[in-house]
Amino acid sequence: MNRRHLLATAALGLSLAFGGAASAQDKTKACFVYVGPIGDGGWTYQHHQGALAVQEAYGDKVEIAWQENVPEGADAERVLTQMALGGCDIIFTTSFGYMDPTNAVAKKFPNVKFEHATGFKRESPNVSTYNARFYEGRAVQGVIAGRMTKTNKIGYIGSFPIPEVIMGINSYYLHAKKVNPDVELTVVWAFTWFDPAKEADAAKAMIEQGVDVIASHTDSTAPLAEAAKAGGKVIGFGQASDMTEYKPSPRVSSIIDNWAPYYVKRVGALMDGTYEQQDAWEGIAGGEVQIGEITDAIPADVKAEAEKLRDDIAAGTYHPFTGPINKQDGSAWLAEGQTAPDGDLLGMGFYVEGIKGDIPK
Amino acid sequence: MLKLEKRPSPSVFWGRATPVLAVALTMMAGSLMFAALGKNPFEAIRTIFWDPLFGEFAWYLRGQLLVKAGPLILIAVGLSLGFRAGIWNIGAEGQYIMGAICGAAVGLAAYPTESWLIFPVMVLAGAFGGWVWAMIPAILKTRFNTNEILVSLMLVYVAETVLAMASTGFLRNPDGAGFPGSRNFSSYPAAANPELIAGTGLHWGGVAALGAVVAAYVLLQRHILGFQIKLAGQAPRAARFAGVSPKRLVVMCLGIAGALAGLAGMFEVTGPAGQISIDFNSNYGFTAIIVAFLGRLNPVGILFAGLLMALTYIGGEMASTNLGLPSAAIQAFQGMLLFFLLACDLLTNFRIVPARKEVR
Repeated sequence: MNRRHLLATAALGLSLAFGGAASAQDKTKACFVYVGPIGDGGWTYQHHQGALAVQEAYGDKVEIAWQENVPEGADAERVLTQMALGGCDIIFTTSFGYMDPTNAVAKKFPNVKFEHATGFKRESPNVSTYNARFYEGRAVQGVIAGRMTKTNKIGYIGSFPIPEVIMGINSYYLHAKKVNPDVELTVVWAFTWFDPAKEADAAKAMIEQGVDVIASHTDSTAPLAEAAKAGGKVIGFGQASDMTEYKPSPRVSSIIDNWAPYYVKRVGALMDGTYEQQDAWEGIAGGEVQIGEITDAIPADVKAEAEKLRDDIAAGTYHPFTGPINKQDGSAWLAEGQTAPDGDLLGMGFYVEGIKGDIPK
Repeated sequence: MLKLEKRPSPSVFWGRATPVLAVALTMMAGSLMFAALGKNPFEAIRTIFWDPLFGEFAWYLRGQLLVKAGPLILIAVGLSLGFRAGIWNIGAEGQYIMGAICGAAVGLAAYPTESWLIFPVMVLAGAFGGWVWAMIPAILKTRFNTNEILVSLMLVYVAETVLAMASTGFLRNPDGAGFPGSRNFSSYPAAANPELIAGTGLHWGGVAALGAVVAAYVLLQRHILGFQIKLAGQAPRAARFAGVSPKRLVVMCLGIAGALAGLAGMFEVTGPAGQISIDFNSNYGFTAIIVAFLGRLNPVGILFAGLLMALTYIGGEMASTNLGLPSAAIQAFQGMLLFFLLACDLLTNFRIVPARKEVR
C-alpha cells in the first residue's frame, strides 16, 4: 500500500480538520527532526540554520517544518511517520540514533526521501546518508591544543563511543602529539549529546585534574562556560556552532558544521528531478566543516601553523590520518605514507597508540 | 473576602469534577500561552486534542495513542496502590529500565533459537527485573527505615548507568560494527512483541495494561489487601489496630509497582522501541506519577488519564511540527495540567466561603 493510497483511504474519514495538507502538494516540503532544542547553540542549532537556508534559497517553492527534542527510539518512528503522512517530501533525520527508525519508516513510504545524518544504514533506495569529516577540524584543534597546553594535559569530552567520536579523539590526539610529544589526553564519556549539566561536570572534573585545553563532542556551550570560570587558564573550542559569545578566550577556535550547502543542494535536486540516493561525506574542502576564527589569544606562529594545516587539508595535500600510525595495543594500522581508507574510519573502534584508557565496552 | 474552610469529609463531587476542571483550565491557560507565542490558540488546541482522535491521520494516531498510553497506564496502576497507602515509589523509571534489560537479556541470550517459550520467559524476567529493583528501597525501608522516596529516585540514575553499560557492553549487538545498542527484536520473531492486530498499535503491553486495570480494580474492591491499602492510607492508626503489617504493605506495594513497571519496560523494548539503546527510557516512569494522580489513584481513572496524557504527547508533537510551536511550550502545557490538577484538588478537601469580619 503506497502513501497516496493511504492518504485516499484516510481522506474518506473526517479530513476537514487538516486543511493544510492539500495545499502543500504543489510546494516541496522539507522536514527536519532534531535531537535537541534549536536553542542548544550547537549541533541542532546548526542543522536548523541549514533548514532556514533551504527556505531562503527557494522561497515560496518550499515549505519547511521541523520537530525538536525528539527522543531516539519509538518516539522518533512516530514523529517520522507523522511527517511522512503530513506531506513531507524529504525528511532529514539529524542524529545517529535515528538510524533504525529512519530505515523502518522509509520502507513504508517509498515516495518520501529520507536523509539520515551520520549513519551507515541505507536499507531502501529512498534512504541517503550524509556526514561531515569533522576529524579534519579536530586535526587543526589538536595542533592548537598541543602548542597551547602548559600542563601537557589536554581533554576531550566524548558523547557516545561510536566511530564518529573515536576518530575525532584520535585525530585530535595525533596532531597534538605531533607538535608536543609530552602531551597526555584525558577522555571523559558523557553518554549524552545534549545535557549541559553533565557536560559541565565533565569539564570541571578535567580542569581539576590539571587539563587546560578542552575539546568537546557534545552539543552545548556548557564546557566553554566551565572553562571561562577557570580565570583564563583553560581554553576550549566551539563545537558544531561557532559559539562566538566565548571569544576571544576560552573559545580560541571552533569547528562549525555548515549543513546549509548540503541541504540546499539535496532539496534542489529533489525539485529538479536529479535526486539520487547517496552517501555523502564532505569535509573542509566541501565547506561542510568550517574552522571558526582563531582568536588573538593564540600566538601568531601557532595560528599560522594551524591555518596552514587547514589549508593543506582543504587542498587535499594532507590527510589527517597518514601513516605510520599504530593502534593503542601497538599493532600496526597504517604503514609509512599510507592514508586511512574511509571504511577504516567509518568503523573505527580503537584508539591510536599513546592514548591511555579504554573505549567503554 | 473569601476564605478556605476544611470540609468535614472530602467532597465526592469535586473528587470527580476536578480532573475535568483541571483539563478545562489547562486548555484556557494554554490558549493564552499559545496566543502569546503568536499562534492561533484554537488551532493549537484543536491540533492537540481533536486531530489525533478525529483528524485526517486518526487511523494511524489512535493506534499510537495506545502505544504511548500502554506503559503509562501499566506503571501508574502499580504506583497508585502504593500512593494510596502512603508509600511513595518515585523510582518507577529505574524499575522500567531494569525490567527492559532483564527481559531483553533473556531474549538475546536465547538468540537465535525459535521457540514459543522464549517470549513468556522474557515476560517473567521483565517483571522480575522491575521487582528486584523495587525490593531495594523496600528492604532498606523495612529493615533500616530509610526514605523510599530518595532511595527509589536515586536508583533511577543507577539504572540509567546500567543501561548505558548494557547497550555499549554486555547486550551490544555483536553484528553492529561496534555501535552501541542491542540487536533489534523486530528481526527476531520468537522474542518480539509486534502489533497484535495490524494498524491498531495494540501489543501485549496494551493487553497487560488493561489486565492490570481490571486486576487493580478487583483488588481494591474485593480483596483484603486492597482494603488494607486503603485503610493504611486513610487511617494509619486504625490500620494498625486492624492488624495490618506496615512492613508487609511496603513490600507488597513496592513489589507490585516494580513488577508492573518492569513489565512495561520489557514490552516497550521488545515492541515499539525494538532494542536496548543508551537512551531507551523516555521518562515513562516519571510521567506515570502524573497519570496516577490525574486518574485519582483509581484504576479506571488511570485508564482515562493515561489516554489523555498520551493525547497531549501525540497532539503536542503534531502542534509542534505543523504549527511550529517550540517543544518547550508543549512541555509547559503538560506541566500546567498537573499544576491545575493539584490546585483544583484544594476544592475536594476545602470549600470556599465568604470570610466573616473579625474584630482585631
